[in-house]
Amino acid sequence: MNTTPVRPVQTIILALFVIGLIALALGGYLTPLSRLVLNPVVSAQTWLSVRFQALQNAIAAPQDLARLRQRNSEMEVEVSRMQTEIIVLKQQISETRVLSALVDFARVQPENRYLAATVIGRDPSPFLEYVIINRGSDDGLRRGMPVVTQQGLVGRIAAVTADAARVQLITDPASNINVKLEPSRAQAVIRGEVSGEISLAMIPQSAPVEIGDLILTSGLGGNYPTNILIGQITGVRRRETDLFQNASVQPVVDFNQLEIVLIITNFRPIDISPFVPTPSAP
Amino acid sequence: MAIWIAIPILGTLLILQTVVASQVTLIHGTTDLIMIAVIAWSLQKRVQTAWQWGIIGGFMVGIVSALSFVVPLISYLIVVLLANRLRQRVWHVPIFAMFVTTFLGTLISHAIAVISLRFLGTALPLQEVVFLITLPSLILNLLLAAPAYFLFADLAKWVYPEELRV
Repeated sequence: MNTTPVRPVQTIILALFVIGLIALALGGYLTPLSRLVLNPVVSAQTWLSVRFQALQNAIAAPQDLARLRQRNSEMEVEVSRMQTEIIVLKQQISETRVLSALVDFARVQPENRYLAATVIGRDPSPFLEYVIINRGSDDGLRRGMPVVTQQGLVGRIAAVTADAARVQLITDPASNINVKLEPSRAQAVIRGEVSGEISLAMIPQSAPVEIGDLILTSGLGGNYPTNILIGQITGVRRRETDLFQNASVQPVVDFNQLEIVLIITNFRPIDISPFVPTPSAP
Repeated sequence: MAIWIAIPILGTLLILQTVVASQVTLIHGTTDLIMIAVIAWSLQKRVQTAWQWGIIGGFMVGIVSALSFVVPLISYLIVVLLANRLRQRVWHVPIFAMFVTTFLGTLISHAIAVISLRFLGTALPLQEVVFLITLPSLILNLLLAAPAYFLFADLAKWVYPEELRV
């Protein structure tokens, strides 16, 4: 009976003490005190934690190292795989660009039928300018068909097998192509040279030739279709004593970078050799 | 066997020649891998199939090249003849024979090619041919001569193993 009234008083005092402590803590008055108490605890905790971490690492390190090495080698394999993929994709992008340009070229020349082919090799002789392509008679190719790129004339097919063909480039020393100049419309002949370049010969002395004039196939001789771009004049050599003018030419096609070419399959060269007079002919 | 291995070896070299070597130029000269291989093989001491290698090499190049079929064939046969002569005379310094045959072989094969092209109606300017094609090709061929000789020496040892005297 005597103890019952004391408890509420103790509870109230305790509650007031707790509320007071909370109020002091919220007011920031207990911070120095808590710092005083917590600092040694935190220091001890840090010291112990660092040692424990070091001990744990020392025990677990060999396992981690092996795992990391394995992971590292896996990542290296992955990186090299992705690098290969990037190279393949870049190559595909490059091929797509070339093909897209070739398709555009074919669209603007609807009168011709084209067949695309990849350049797979070059003639082993340094004296000749020929390339080998991966299409042959099985694909409908015939000797004499003109070969172009989206830039301009490349050459013509010189020999055909079932699966491949040999293309004589216009830079070959044996190549002679009848051309016309724009805008003067003068007739001339493009010749390949041993240096792998082309030059313009047989330009009439009276023809007005300027640097920058365009050179197009004339169609004379029946070996090439008309109006295929070949290049641009970069220099003119004119001497009064000569019968003809000569000119140096910058071809529009980069013959060192030939990858994909188009063959004009609906063009049939005309053989005019029976009409060419020979010394033995009557 | 020594004849049959010529087909894959010279075939591989021909592919390398058309795809890689013909695009790795010094001015306008290129190396002639087939000719170097034929020379290196012909100069090996125990080799008895040099002529066959020359014919197979010439035949292969003749098929691929736009040059007249007989041009590489004649060139390689002359090269084999040269190599055989030099092997007999300077047998104690075979690498010297390799360099001499490569030098002369390059000049001879280029001369035959130029003459044949002239016969077929393509007259090449001699000065440009020498300075733009022949001299650079000569340098490239001589650069490859020594490694090719030692490679083919190993191949010859494998094809013709030495007999052990008991």
